Amino acid sequence: MTYIDPHIHMVSRTTDDYERMALAGCVAITEPAFWAGFDRSSPQGFFDYYRQLTDTEPKRAAQYGINHHCWLCINPKEAEDVGFAREVISIIPEFLDHPTVLGIGEIGLNKNSKNELIILEEQLALAEKHNRLVLVHTPHLEDKLKGTMLIMDAVENTSINVDRVLIDHVEEHTVGAVLERGFWAGMTLYPNSKCTPQRAADIIEMYGTERLWINSAGDWGPSDPLAVPKCRHELASRGHHAETIDTISYKNPLDFLSKSGRFSVE
Amino acid sequence: MAKINTLMPLKPTCPMTHKETVDRYFLEHRAKLLDIAAFLDRLDRCESIEQDYRIDSLHKCINVLLEKNVGRTEKILNILSDHSKEPINVAHEQGASGAPKQTDL
Repeated sequence: MTYIDPHIHMVSRTTDDYERMALAGCVAITEPAFWAGFDRSSPQGFFDYYRQLTDTEPKRAAQYGINHHCWLCINPKEAEDVGFAREVISIIPEFLDHPTVLGIGEIGLNKNSKNELIILEEQLALAEKHNRLVLVHTPHLEDKLKGTMLIMDAVENTSINVDRVLIDHVEEHTVGAVLERGFWAGMTLYPNSKCTPQRAADIIEMYGTERLWINSAGDWGPSDPLAVPKCRHELASRGHHAETIDTISYKNPLDFLSKSGRFSVE
Repeated sequence: MAKINTLMPLKPTCPMTHKETVDRYFLEHRAKLLDIAAFLDRLDRCESIEQDYRIDSLHKCINVLLEKNVGRTEKILNILSDHSKEPINVAHEQGASGAPKQTDL
């Protein structure tokens, strides 16, 4: 069976990872713009990063039969300097018409600060203006619960339909509220933080598969680009039906991403 | 304390039997339990013993493990969460510590 990894940072991964993912059945990925592990010193750094996401990575992925799409934004970790963030945001529109750009992401909050919230709202306005999908990063660890609530409130203050917004990195204390308010939810499979494949399988058993997907969010830190097939294996070994596994790792990503009018697995 | 999500079902939803689940996962979680015990022992063997909000939170979480009700994971995540509502004035750091500095839970 084939799968989609709808959130992975391939700029931080080796070409060997593309090969391993292809061998495991990956046919498509989407790559949100994120924090590279250091703060970039100029908006020009983001311009080059967006070129990498829209030009270099699709070619690298294509060598292994994997279709590559991306999301653009300034991430919340670099949003505390509002003036800097606004300069970066001003670059984004010239990339938005690129055929592989699905929307704005991964925007959100990190430490739940006032400036992060201002930049989140301005990027939501950008998505609203261009009628684009939104992929949301929720904060880490102790900041996740509060940040998730602030983010959902901010989205609901716009005209963006919550059905066009994916709230990522949900865990047991946030998934219920995200689904209840009509958003899509993503479970990120990390070895030491966020969800393990086992806990993601537990959440699927408790909440079902509607508007829910799994992703690896593989990046430069401890993470696993094969986390999605490992979760599929976990579900299969527990006795879940192939349809459930396919829904969570292929059909749901396909349904949500297709709302962009640009996503395809071929 | 945030309320347990109302969407959480009460009926059995894991396809495996109780025995199958224990057979499959017991050793893994036995090892994790020993890791926690060894970590706490390690702290006790340190030269100076200081109070730390993260360890205080960990002790509260360990108590939740002994509860009989479903939703332990969510309860523990809530103990380890900041429950304030308003955005902070300035983000002075980028990282997270894993537990709130002050908790009333």
